[in-house]
Amino acid sequence: MSEVLPRPGDPAITPELVKEHGLTPGEFDRVSKMLGRAPTFTELGIVSALWNEHCSYKHSKNTLRTLPTEGAAVIQGPGENAGVVRIGDGIAIAFKIESHNHPSAIEPYQGAATGVGGILRDVFTMGARPIAMLNSLRFGSLDSARNRYLFAGVVRGIGDYGNCIGVPTVAGEIVFDPAYDGNPLVNAMCVGMLREDELILAKAQGVGNSILCVGARTGRDGIHGASFASEDLSEASEAKRPRVQVGDPFTEKLLLEASLELIRSGHIVAIQDMGAAGLTSSSAEMAARGDVGVTIDTSLVPVRETGMTPYEILLSESQERMLVVALQGHEEAVRAILFKWDLTAEVIGKVIAEPVYRVTEGDTVVAEFPGSDLVTQCPRYDVPAREGADAIRLRAMDVSAIAELPEERDPAWTMLKLLASPTIASKRWAFQQYDSTVRTNTVVGPGGDAAVLRIRGTDRAIAVKTDCNGRYVALDPRVGGRIAVAEAARNVACTGARPLAITNCLNFGNPTRPEIFFQFTEAVAGISEACIALDTPVTGGNVSFYNESPTGSVYPTPVIGMVGVIDSLEHITRSTFRNVGDAIVLLGDCTDEIGGSEYLATVHGVTGGAPPGCDIVRERGVINTLLQAIQAGVVASAHDCSDGGLAIAIAECMMSDAEATTGADIDLAPWDSLPDRAVLFGEAQGRVIVSSGDADRVLQIAAENSVPARKIGVVRSRDEGLTIRVGRQKVRIGTDQLGEAYHTAIPKIMNTTAQAIVIDEVEGVLA
Amino acid sequence: MKFGIVTFPGSNGDYDAYHAAAEALGEEAVYLWHKDHDLKDSDVVILPGGFSYGDYLRAGAIARFSPIMTEVVAHAKRGAPILAICNGFQVACEAGLLPGALMRNISRRFISRVVTVRVENATSMFTHEYFAAQVLRLPIAHGDGRYIADPDVIASLEDDGRVAFRYSAPDGSIGDAYNVNGSVNSIAGILNESGNVLGLMPHPERAVDPLLGVPDGLGLFHSLLAGVAA
Repeated sequence: MSEVLPRPGDPAITPELVKEHGLTPGEFDRVSKMLGRAPTFTELGIVSALWNEHCSYKHSKNTLRTLPTEGAAVIQGPGENAGVVRIGDGIAIAFKIESHNHPSAIEPYQGAATGVGGILRDVFTMGARPIAMLNSLRFGSLDSARNRYLFAGVVRGIGDYGNCIGVPTVAGEIVFDPAYDGNPLVNAMCVGMLREDELILAKAQGVGNSILCVGARTGRDGIHGASFASEDLSEASEAKRPRVQVGDPFTEKLLLEASLELIRSGHIVAIQDMGAAGLTSSSAEMAARGDVGVTIDTSLVPVRETGMTPYEILLSESQERMLVVALQGHEEAVRAILFKWDLTAEVIGKVIAEPVYRVTEGDTVVAEFPGSDLVTQCPRYDVPAREGADAIRLRAMDVSAIAELPEERDPAWTMLKLLASPTIASKRWAFQQYDSTVRTNTVVGPGGDAAVLRIRGTDRAIAVKTDCNGRYVALDPRVGGRIAVAEAARNVACTGARPLAITNCLNFGNPTRPEIFFQFTEAVAGISEACIALDTPVTGGNVSFYNESPTGSVYPTPVIGMVGVIDSLEHITRSTFRNVGDAIVLLGDCTDEIGGSEYLATVHGVTGGAPPGCDIVRERGVINTLLQAIQAGVVASAHDCSDGGLAIAIAECMMSDAEATTGADIDLAPWDSLPDRAVLFGEAQGRVIVSSGDADRVLQIAAENSVPARKIGVVRSRDEGLTIRVGRQKVRIGTDQLGEAYHTAIPKIMNTTAQAIVIDEVEGVLA
Repeated sequence: MKFGIVTFPGSNGDYDAYHAAAEALGEEAVYLWHKDHDLKDSDVVILPGGFSYGDYLRAGAIARFSPIMTEVVAHAKRGAPILAICNGFQVACEAGLLPGALMRNISRRFISRVVTVRVENATSMFTHEYFAAQVLRLPIAHGDGRYIADPDVIASLEDDGRVAFRYSAPDGSIGDAYNVNGSVNSIAGILNESGNVLGLMPHPERAVDPLLGVPDGLGLFHSLLAGVAA
């Protein structure tokens, strides 16, 4: 070990300073014991960067270990920059989802943009060419100007970054609920493609190899960004706006091309994104993965500001940077590739045999930790988990006793109301700001059940989707977790894809509160059950805690990002009705469940009751039925039945594609014994609406899989509109009327209110 | 026929143009690096879509100073075909290959969707495989696509038949409701005076494969193949 002395000008290590760095007294003792002395200011910064929740997973790791992570398709599970699965023909898919909630809450444009940038880097550092982006977004009600500002800014940030990079944004979901007031969720998922033999890991190896800092120069931006993401949002958060990084998608595009060229060149052995906690985190993690020592000299890091201290250089979260381990003697070849793309690349350190993590400033050692203790000796916490009284009370609510409104006597009124609710309404206003067709692989783009991308040079395609209903999770976290996985799988299967694997982004409140920790562990248990039953292992993901604003915690929102594979391009299936005269078949069954529904939330302003049950064996049967029927060539369209229930799903099949609208004649007499509103708007799980020219064959396949299924109607022309017979009622409504409600709801809100102000004020440097 | 596709730093439509030429048409295609002065004997040069130099300063404003542009301009002066798509259209305007400029969309938002455009000139080397007033479905994806020019420039474009495409309704009618980005006279694409440089905002190179939608961009490439003997 070397002697480590405080730098001149370092502040004294006081309990206040330790607290400011987010360390508990116990954690400080742990560091001192590890070092055999008190840490210096620089070392304190390093520990603070690595041991905050965002980087260390200290409250989640023990729970995450219970998730299934292995399967025949998995090449790389959790622990790397992204997960990797094989899809056949020697092709692999790398994918990962990550949150950028806190930055987006105070600076939506840059927060969302840098979220996109970060997840892109996670994927291309695996050697994969990014081929698609998805986003899972949650905002408070659009009735508030602040939420409209956040929504518009986030969409612009995602668009400006992804569009410039040239990676299509193809799918995602956007939900609006007062539960997300003050703390929006911005989760971005990236999907990349590589040949199996092109995979590269972020594992430092080879004593004597050089460590290079490549890409953009390092500035003072984003220092302590990761620690900021590890505390509750409050009034004071606004003052931390400087902790939000600023993105430069142009530099990222150059870095993307240079990195892929570098990986293919054979000059490097490892590459890692400098994301949260920047140089500190990337270098310490690479060393720990490779079980080697490293030494880094901060005076060699290319900087864009003068007078930066080692502390600042180590903790900067300047964007568009990578850490690379190059083979000894190949440093100049690496630099030549980066220079070709007008980027910097400097040797800043070495892989060493001595088991130590050492940082120097020139010849002076400014920080030193033994072995990989910094990463491996991070504290882990198990918090007592206890369900909150509110959740128990809400779940127990007898929602069947809620009286119908007078207007509801005509279910057409309810349908229009639901179709125009921003959570259900078309999100075209947002999707249209994303380039979804660049790279010419997008077969099914935004608006479908899942997006479908063909894999050039093969007969295969992949389907990708994100899903989560946070309201269900709030009411019953285990069931909600299960449904999130099941719904994502169902969506992917509706396009003809076999669900393969997931990545997850677990957005929760403050984990030190027992009721939040209960939600977390229960939701993870539900995800685990569903992943095992559906054989879709978890390949990685991200945990985002402390999603709380002064008004309380957000709904627990474990977003599932699912990847599926379609083995033949012929099997690609769309969600909207294709042919007038086709039979409409419901796979699955109606129930009397209305708890946790969009109907209750939108029409009655109620979040309550038990969410619909989720029989995971049934879910598997529905998916198998769907895939067998698609492969048999008897499915014209398939659409998942989710928010808003059966009536809304049928309406979407008729008019969500505004250029090919149809009508439908539906008879729900078999469920006469159930309340009409449960049949029409209940959200019973495990259901898919299929249109087919051969209903008998579909019903037969369903029976073989022990899945209830019934022919419920016929596809009609657009002029004939929608007819639903339910109970003693006959509902009639025009296709165009349904389409008008669905397609114009969000534009009406966004284009007539604070939109002009939003655009003018949020004009960022990327514009 | 050999297609040369320029890669500026920040180009992202180069890949699609390459694959349209090499896969959909089965022709020879090469990438041309912005720092080089070599067109590699290309017959057709494509200035692709993207965000050259991040579109910092102004879309296309920096790319026009790339070394390769000297050769592209010379190629155009020889009467050889230059196809300038989206950001390439912006670069071509900045480089003086085409008149006018492309401003922020009237909505001030990026727009990505399929639009319908009407073929206005069905006799150029880029468009003779289409018929006059044919309506095409083509994707657009741009933030700065609102074409403007001085009134006398617009008048001469119109009088000389150099407006190649106009945003239209699916039935071919022209009107504000279909003028997706607010361009003067709904102009979606224009030709230079000699007719060998075409600039357009829609992406024909993204509309060449039936798997992805109506392959209405093929006619443009087939026009080039039929019209320019290799």
